[in-house]
Amino acid sequence: MPVNGQIKIVTLKVNGKDVSARADQTILQVCRENEVFIPTLCHLEGLSNIGACRLCMVEVAGQKKLLPACTTTVNEGMEITTTTDRLGHYRRMILELIFSERNHTCSVCVSNNYCELQFLSQKLGIDHIRVPYRFPKFNVDASHPYFVLDHNRCILCTRCVRVCDEIEGAHVWDVSGRGIQARVITELNQPWGSAETCTQCGKCVNVCPVGALSDKGRSVAENKKRSEFLPYLTQRRREKI
Amino acid sequence: MTLEELQEIKAGEELAKSQKKKSLHVCVAAGCMSQNADGVVKALQEKLREKNLEKEVEVKGVGCMGLCAAGPLVSVEPDNRMFQEISPANAHLVTDNLEIGKRTTNDLPSDSPFFTRQVKIVTENCGVINPEKIEEYIAADGYLALYAVLHDMEPAEVVQNMIKSGLRGRGGGGYPTGLKWSTVSKAAGQKKYVICNADEGDPGAFMDRSVLESDPHRILEGMAIAAYAIGADEGFIYVRAEYPLAISRLKTAIKQAERKGVLGSTIFGTTFNFSVSIRLGAGAFVCGEETALIASIEGGRGTPRPRPPYPAESGLWGKPTLINNVETFANVAPIIRKGAEWYSSIGTESSKGTKVFALAGQVVNTGLIEVPMGMSLREIIFEIGGGIPGGRKFKAVQTGGPSGGCIPEEFLDIRVDYESLTKLGSIMGSGGMIVMDENSNMVDVARYFMEFCMSESCGKCVPCRVGTAQIYDLLTRFAEKQATESDLVLLEELCDVVKNTSLCGLGQSAPNPVLSTLKYFRHEYLERIQAEVI
Repeated sequence: MPVNGQIKIVTLKVNGKDVSARADQTILQVCRENEVFIPTLCHLEGLSNIGACRLCMVEVAGQKKLLPACTTTVNEGMEITTTTDRLGHYRRMILELIFSERNHTCSVCVSNNYCELQFLSQKLGIDHIRVPYRFPKFNVDASHPYFVLDHNRCILCTRCVRVCDEIEGAHVWDVSGRGIQARVITELNQPWGSAETCTQCGKCVNVCPVGALSDKGRSVAENKKRSEFLPYLTQRRREKI
Repeated sequence: MTLEELQEIKAGEELAKSQKKKSLHVCVAAGCMSQNADGVVKALQEKLREKNLEKEVEVKGVGCMGLCAAGPLVSVEPDNRMFQEISPANAHLVTDNLEIGKRTTNDLPSDSPFFTRQVKIVTENCGVINPEKIEEYIAADGYLALYAVLHDMEPAEVVQNMIKSGLRGRGGGGYPTGLKWSTVSKAAGQKKYVICNADEGDPGAFMDRSVLESDPHRILEGMAIAAYAIGADEGFIYVRAEYPLAISRLKTAIKQAERKGVLGSTIFGTTFNFSVSIRLGAGAFVCGEETALIASIEGGRGTPRPRPPYPAESGLWGKPTLINNVETFANVAPIIRKGAEWYSSIGTESSKGTKVFALAGQVVNTGLIEVPMGMSLREIIFEIGGGIPGGRKFKAVQTGGPSGGCIPEEFLDIRVDYESLTKLGSIMGSGGMIVMDENSNMVDVARYFMEFCMSESCGKCVPCRVGTAQIYDLLTRFAEKQATESDLVLLEELCDVVKNTSLCGLGQSAPNPVLSTLKYFRHEYLERIQAEVI
């Protein structure tokens, strides 16, 4: 990819419009740069991309399969379409599946009004959920002195896992269990409050897109998240090197 | 090890064989082993001692002979005779009737289509050699291909040979093996890896297990040839922990190969080094997906990641990695020994060689078969498989396990290859073939496979994690005749979403059993809706 030690510049089409990009950029980065909206939940600027929520799927000319924008790098001459009826349908269906998976009740959630899931659903026009709710029973872990973990709200985006591992370097969080049984755990499935590796930095709470992780003592619609620290942190680290 | 030493071992084995009049081969692969094949070996030895025949007749444990339904199997060489359902109690039937011409009730006709219609390449040594003796593998021309490759061929020539042979990946996807080798060989970097995927997890499939249990050296040789071709010096066999017998035979094989100098450093006196180690899977189906498998070997949670980059470019610990299935590696040595033209003369235009199938379900001859690509499903099920037991009617055959689909009777004459099965909404898969008769309920079949996918989903991406659970719940409503018409609409929509948006092959193919039964047996779904309306 590098030409004369430099990253190649490519030109491509996003929704019919010509844009230029560095060859190491992802479709998502290029689209955001050009103010093209692509919904995402697991992606967060400053964290590694895992392509798990599947909301950012786009169509690329000549490709039979849909591609996740967050993990696909751009190519010369690529023709990307970010909004079609088919994509819209899939995105809404994926959001419906997330809503049906656990107990997402905005009216009693600490993150009401500050929730990325709520915001995206409004933006994509979700007005009802057709798939049956599963109503699982999950516990709340309030053993930590400053924070609360509510599995009922978790969408398994694993931002907490990644920020703790990649930015804080503590790796308190991980995922346990498979499939529909999967859930985030602290340390080796011990209560968060007893996690000796936790530095209580609160990064996990601030990157959580929903009300699964919250500050202790917040009531309904009170938990505004601050994830702006992430790009600054990563940029400073990069420049120091 | 030199060529002369190889030939010496072969001559030694042949001499030992010529000193025995007859040889009793007892299948000691997992199927027969579970029916006390060990006891049969002991009982046969005892009977021969009683009759003072132990000097003339030897008893040896061999790998799978294929007809698992009739095990434990004992074959008499060189008479080409076979006994079925032998136990320690009736072992005397074999020893009392060794003379040619004598028949017993336990004789198995060796001219039955089950044996005569097969073409054996991958399983050529299965049921013939003792899997725990490297000498027997060498006597069957084992490690000759590796010798030839190291001494007479450039790595690029080996790759060219694989391309010309037309071999395609036997793990399910059918990706051209030569192309994969060529990509990895061209990838930049000094350190490369070879991985053998032996994480066979489809319900009803046991081809890889059988090959590993019956002929483990064949896999090691295939891997070593691949390593030479792509420039790797280290290999891993990722085998599921549920296969203890295969693991123990592999360990024995690796130890023997290292001692004989066909694995390790300066193999056959060349500068080529290659070591193999075993990694055990902890029972997750998704770890058969290559990126999840790599994550598992690295010590992480076995979850897939988006491709590209493909493992050929960035695999194990970020290094270029070649991953092939057990059966793919098992094809390598014969291709080198007999030539790419020979191999590509077998099979169909797009799919060359043979395929091993595990024949299971409502079929008379359940077991392991190897047939040339392009044989029709009818020939496989009714001639080799012996048809449906009890005179019942055939209904469908399921290929490809939880990623495949059900094929109804009207397509039985289709020639089996990668493309034709995909066109029918199923896949070749790793080779599981489950036959169903008229009593099978297709909604239950779909529900069974969806339950499997649901519990084996890793939980990483939303469509697969939640979608499979929702589809399973919907299928349960159909099974209980509680479904409504909108459930059918939702079922089809969910299948579409899961198929097109899931991250890895597990999710992308999970709806196949539902979609194919909806396509060919839609009335069975509709029946379960109407019941509720009335």
